[in-house]
Amino acid sequence: MPYLGSEDTVRELRRHLSNPNVQSDPLRYRSSILKVIRAMSQGVDVAGLFSEMVKACATVDIVQKKLVYVFLCSYATLNPELSLLVINTLRKDCQDPNPMVRSLALRNMVNLRLPSLAEYVEQPLSAGLRDRAACVRRVAVLGWAKLHNLQPASEIDAAVVNELYGLLRDPDPVVMVNCLRALEEILKEEGGMAINKPITHHLLNRLGQLDVWGQCEVLRVLQRYRPQSESELFDILSLLDASLVSPHPPVMAATLSLFLVLCPDLPAVSFAALERVRGPLLAACGSASRETRFTALCHIQLLLRSLPGLMGAHYKRFFCGYAEPAYIKQRKMQVLVELVNDDNVAMLLDELRGYCTDVNADTAQAAISAIGRIGRSYSDQCLQILTGLLGLQQEHITSAVVQTMRDLVWVCPQCSDTVCSALEGCEETLQDSQGRQALLWLLAVHGERVRSAPYTLEGFIDGVRGEASPGVKMELLTTTMRLFVCRPAETQDMLGRLLHHCIEEETDMCVRDQALLYYRLLRCGMEETRRVLGGRRSEPSLGVLIGRPAEPISQWASSFNTLEPLKQGAGETETTGRASPQHVTFDLDSDLSDTLNSGAEELDYVCLEERIRCPAVPHCSPQSLQAAMQLVNIQTLAFTAAHASPWRVYLYTHAQQAARSALILGQLLYAGEDEDEDEAGLSEGPSPRGREEEVKVTLKQRPRDEKALQGFLSILTAVLHTLPFNTH
Amino acid sequence: MISQVFILSSQGDHLIYKDFRGEAGSDVVGVFYEKVTALTGDQPPVVMNHGDLHFVHVRQGGLYWVATTTADSSPFTLIEFLNRLAALVKDYCGSLCEKSVQMNFALIYELLDEVVDYGYIQTTSSDVLKNFIQTEAVCSKPFSLFDLSNVGLFGAETQQSKVAPSSAATRPVQSSREQGGKSEIFVDVIERMSVVIGSNGVVMKADVEGEIRVKCFMPSCSEMRIGLNEEFSIGKSQIRGYGAAVRVDECSFHQAVRLDEFSSSRILRLCPSPGESSNEQTVMQYQLSDELPSAPPFRLYPTIERDSGGRLLMYLKLRCDLLPRSAAINVCVTIPVPRGSVSVSQELSSPDQSAELKLQSRAIEWRIPRFPGGTQLSALFKLEAPALGPAPLMEVGPVVLAFELPHLTVTGLQIRFLRLSPVQPGPSQRWIRYVTHSDSYVIRV
Repeated sequence: MPYLGSEDTVRELRRHLSNPNVQSDPLRYRSSILKVIRAMSQGVDVAGLFSEMVKACATVDIVQKKLVYVFLCSYATLNPELSLLVINTLRKDCQDPNPMVRSLALRNMVNLRLPSLAEYVEQPLSAGLRDRAACVRRVAVLGWAKLHNLQPASEIDAAVVNELYGLLRDPDPVVMVNCLRALEEILKEEGGMAINKPITHHLLNRLGQLDVWGQCEVLRVLQRYRPQSESELFDILSLLDASLVSPHPPVMAATLSLFLVLCPDLPAVSFAALERVRGPLLAACGSASRETRFTALCHIQLLLRSLPGLMGAHYKRFFCGYAEPAYIKQRKMQVLVELVNDDNVAMLLDELRGYCTDVNADTAQAAISAIGRIGRSYSDQCLQILTGLLGLQQEHITSAVVQTMRDLVWVCPQCSDTVCSALEGCEETLQDSQGRQALLWLLAVHGERVRSAPYTLEGFIDGVRGEASPGVKMELLTTTMRLFVCRPAETQDMLGRLLHHCIEEETDMCVRDQALLYYRLLRCGMEETRRVLGGRRSEPSLGVLIGRPAEPISQWASSFNTLEPLKQGAGETETTGRASPQHVTFDLDSDLSDTLNSGAEELDYVCLEERIRCPAVPHCSPQSLQAAMQLVNIQTLAFTAAHASPWRVYLYTHAQQAARSALILGQLLYAGEDEDEDEAGLSEGPSPRGREEEVKVTLKQRPRDEKALQGFLSILTAVLHTLPFNTH
Repeated sequence: MISQVFILSSQGDHLIYKDFRGEAGSDVVGVFYEKVTALTGDQPPVVMNHGDLHFVHVRQGGLYWVATTTADSSPFTLIEFLNRLAALVKDYCGSLCEKSVQMNFALIYELLDEVVDYGYIQTTSSDVLKNFIQTEAVCSKPFSLFDLSNVGLFGAETQQSKVAPSSAATRPVQSSREQGGKSEIFVDVIERMSVVIGSNGVVMKADVEGEIRVKCFMPSCSEMRIGLNEEFSIGKSQIRGYGAAVRVDECSFHQAVRLDEFSSSRILRLCPSPGESSNEQTVMQYQLSDELPSAPPFRLYPTIERDSGGRLLMYLKLRCDLLPRSAAINVCVTIPVPRGSVSVSQELSSPDQSAELKLQSRAIEWRIPRFPGGTQLSALFKLEAPALGPAPLMEVGPVVLAFELPHLTVTGLQIRFLRLSPVQPGPSQRWIRYVTHSDSYVIRV
C-alpha cells in the first residue's frame, strides 16, 4: 500500500524515540514504539529506525520488549551488522529467572534469521532444551529447526538429533509435538524422522493428552508408519476409532486420512471408516463457519465418488439456506444431483425449482443445469419444471433452460418432442449468445418438428447485420442449411440471403469460410449436401448414462484432507455435462487434455495409422476445416498455421455407447513435399507412391472398439474429401 | 504449516501482517486482495493460489483472515485455526471489528507470537495464553443512551440491570483477572434452525443444530456438573418417559466431558484440568432433523393478486405460534418480488414495524422488532411494477424469515441445574441463557 509522507513519519518517530525525556518515561516510550509498529503494519518503510529500536530493546518492560522484537525480526535481515548489538541483550535475557523472558529471548534470537548469528545462538538453544520451564523447551526445540533451515548446507548435529528424539518423552505435550515437527524439518533430506514401532506406540498412547493441533500433527506423521502385522494394524485402528468420530473436523479428517493410508488393501475397513465419518462430516456441513461448511462439502464430494449411496438418506442436509453464499449453494446442488433416487426425486426437484428464481443469476443457472442433470434419469418431471420456467420470460433463466435442454436432448432423445413444443416463442427472451446458439442448435437438429422454425430463423437472418458474435452466425449458417435440407420451400429464400450476406459482406473469416463451404457444397448437388449435413443423431435406442461407476478409494485418497478438493472449479460433474459432442465449443476442455496424457501412458487403447489421399487439406483454412469436422461431430483441438511444414491437426470425438463412453483422439500430419523422404524412412507400413498429396492419420481410442474406430476413419476420410480447395 | 498470517479490512487495508517462515514477501498481501476481489460469482473463494503459495481465508467480523502456506496442508486445520484465531481476538479485544483490531494490534501481534511458532500452531487455549499475554486490551465502547437506561434513579439497581445483557460475555477475558472478586459463569444453549415449509403448509424440512457453550470466569472451579432434562434422548429408538421426550438425532461432546452420569441421570461432568481447559468451551453439540417436537414457530397466509392497474397486491398474514409468554425478536421477513418492480407502498399493523423495497436484492424487507407468541400480524404491500412479466406470481417468493427466539430452545433442551465444586467462595453469578436463531426459515408461497 503506498503511504504518503512516510519520510516525515519516520523523521517524526525518530525524534520521539531519541528524546531523552521520552526515554525516561516508560509509558511514553512504549507508546512511541507502538506508533512505529503501527506504521510498520500499515506498510510504511520504517527500516531507518533500526538503531533507535535496538536501543529500546534493553528494557525491563516485557510489553516493550515484545514490541521491539516484532520490529527487529522484520528488519534484521536488512541490517545484519546492527543486529549484532541485539544479541548481547538477548543472551542476557536467556539467563533471566523469568521463564517467559527466557522463552521470548530464545524465540526471537532465531527469528532474526541471520546465519551470521548462528554461533551465538547454538549455546542458548542447547541450554534451552534442558530448561526447567516447558515453555522454554517448546521454543528451543523449534529453534533447532529454524537454525537448520537457516544454514541448509551445514551438517546435522547428531547429538542434537538424539536429544530431540529423547525429548519425545517430555512430559509437556507441546514439547513432544514440537520435537516431531523439528525432527521432520531437520531430517527432511532423509525422508523425515524414523517412525518405528516404539515411537508409534508412544505417540498413540499420548494422543489423548494433546490438543486438536497436536493430534493432527501426530496423525499426519504416523501416515508413514507401516504396521508389521495385521493384529498390530487392527490394534492401531481400534485405538483411533474414537478420534474418527471426533467433533473437531481437523482431527476427524486427519484420522480418516490415516485410516485410508494404513489399509489400502482392506476395502471393507476403509468403507466402514467412511460410514463412521458420515456423522461428523454432516455436522461439519452444518457448522456455523461457512468456510468449514464449504470444506466439508468438497470432501463429501470425494467420498461420494466411491460410495454414491453414502448420503442418500440425508439429502435434506444439503438443501441450501437462504443466506448462504453462492459458492456453497452451488456445491450443495452438485451434491444433491448425486444423491437423487426414486424416493427423494420429487422433494429434490421441488427444492431445486425454488433456487431457479434466485436473485443471484449464477445460482439460478446452476440450479437449472442441476435439474437438467437429474433429467437424464427422470426426464418427464424435469422437463415439466424446465418448460414451466420458460414461462417466466426472463433472459438469464430462458438462456440457461435452453442450454440445459440442448444437453438433455442429446442424451435423452426421447424428450425431443416436449422440447420442440417448448421452444416456440422463446427467441424473443434470449439475449446472450450462448443461449441463442443453443436454440439454433436445437432448431438445426429438430427443425422439422418445430412448426415456427423458419419464422424464428427469418428473425435471426434479418438481424444478422447487427449480430456481434461469430459463434451465433456460424451456428445460424449450419441451422439454415440443415433446415433447408428438410424444409426447402420455406427456407430457400432466406438461405440465399444469408449466404449472400456472409460471403459478400461478412468480415469475420471463419463465418465467411463456412458460408463458402456451404455454397460449394450446395453446388455439388442436393444429394451430396444431404449426405454431408445429415450428420449423426443420437440414437433413441442407446441407453442413458446414469450416474458414474463407483471409483476405488485409492483414486482420491491421496487428495483427501489437502487443499486439492477445494480448488477444483465448478466441479467435474459440470464439465462432463457440457461435453456433449455436437456443441460448438472453442475452448479446450481441461479434463480432455488429462485424458490425452493418461491415455499415452496406459495401454488400454487402440492405435491406428492410416494414410488418406487428400489434396486440399494443407491448403484449406483451419476454420473451414473445423467447420467441416463439426458437421460430423469431430472436434478439433489444435492446428498448426496454414502452410506450415510439417502441418498438423489434433482432433477428438466422443461417442456414447450402451455402457460406457469412448473417446477417439486423432492426429493429422502432412509432412510437406520436401520432407517426404524422411517421412518414408521413418514410417512403417505400406507406403504407396505419389504420396505428396497424402495425409497421415494417427488415431487412438479408449476403450478398445475396433469397429467404431474403422467407422470413424471412414467418416473422417469422407470429410477430408469434401474440403474446399482454398487457393491463396 | 503456516507461512504467513494476515488480516485485511474489507477495503483491503493491511491491519496485521506476520511472517513466520520467511518463504514469501509481504507483497502477497496485495496479490491476495486483488485475487479475492476479482472472483466471479461461481468461483469458490476459500482457497486460492499464487505460484506455489496457497491462500486460505475466512471472513469474520467483516475482515479477511488469511493464512498462506506452501505445503499442501489440511484445509480443515487451517480454517479451524483461522476461526479459532478470530475467536481468540474476540475474546481478548471484546469485539470483532476493524476498529478493535486496529486499536489492539500490539495485543494481536503478541497473541500471534504465542499461538504460532515457525508456522506450527502451539496452543489456542485462552487459559494458557492468558499467562503469556501482557498487553492490555483497548476497549472501544461507543457512548450509548441505552447503557444509561440500565441505571436506575440515583444509581439504584433496577430490575432491568439484574439481567445480564447479551454483551456480558463478550468482554475481554483478561478483565476477569483484574475484577478478582466478581466470578461469573455463562452457560449458553444456542440453537440454529433452518426450516422449509411448502406452499401447502407442510413442513418439508426442519433442521436444528444446537450447542451448549460454557464460558467460565471463575478462577478456582475444578468441576462443574450440568444437568440436562431427564427425558433427554438420543436417536430414534431410545424414547424415555411418556412421549414428552426431548429428542436429538446425534450428539457429540467435548473431550473434557465425563459421561459417567449421563446415561443414568443426564448429567454432564466437566472437569477443566488446571491449565488445560480453554476459557470458552463448546461442551456439547447436537443435531435434530425433520421431527420438531413442537409446531414450527411461524406460519404465513399469503394472498397475492394483480389488480386492474397492473399493480401487484400482496396481503400477508403472519402468525407466530409460540407460547404467549415468549416472543420472537428482530424478525426480518424477506419477500422476493418480480423483476421490474419499482416501488412499494405498504400498510403495516403497527408503527414500530418497517418495510422497504431493496432493488439490489429484488425483495421487500419487512422488519418486526418484536413479535409476541400467539399473535398475528398482517401487512398489505402494493407493488408498483409497470413492466411485469407474464407470470409474476411465480416470481414472488419464497418468503424467508430471519429471527431470534430468546429464552427458548426449539428442541426443548433445558438445563436443570448447574453445580460447581468446590463451593465457590464469595458471590458468584451464574447465567444460563437460551437462544434460537434462524436465518433460513423458508416459506414457499
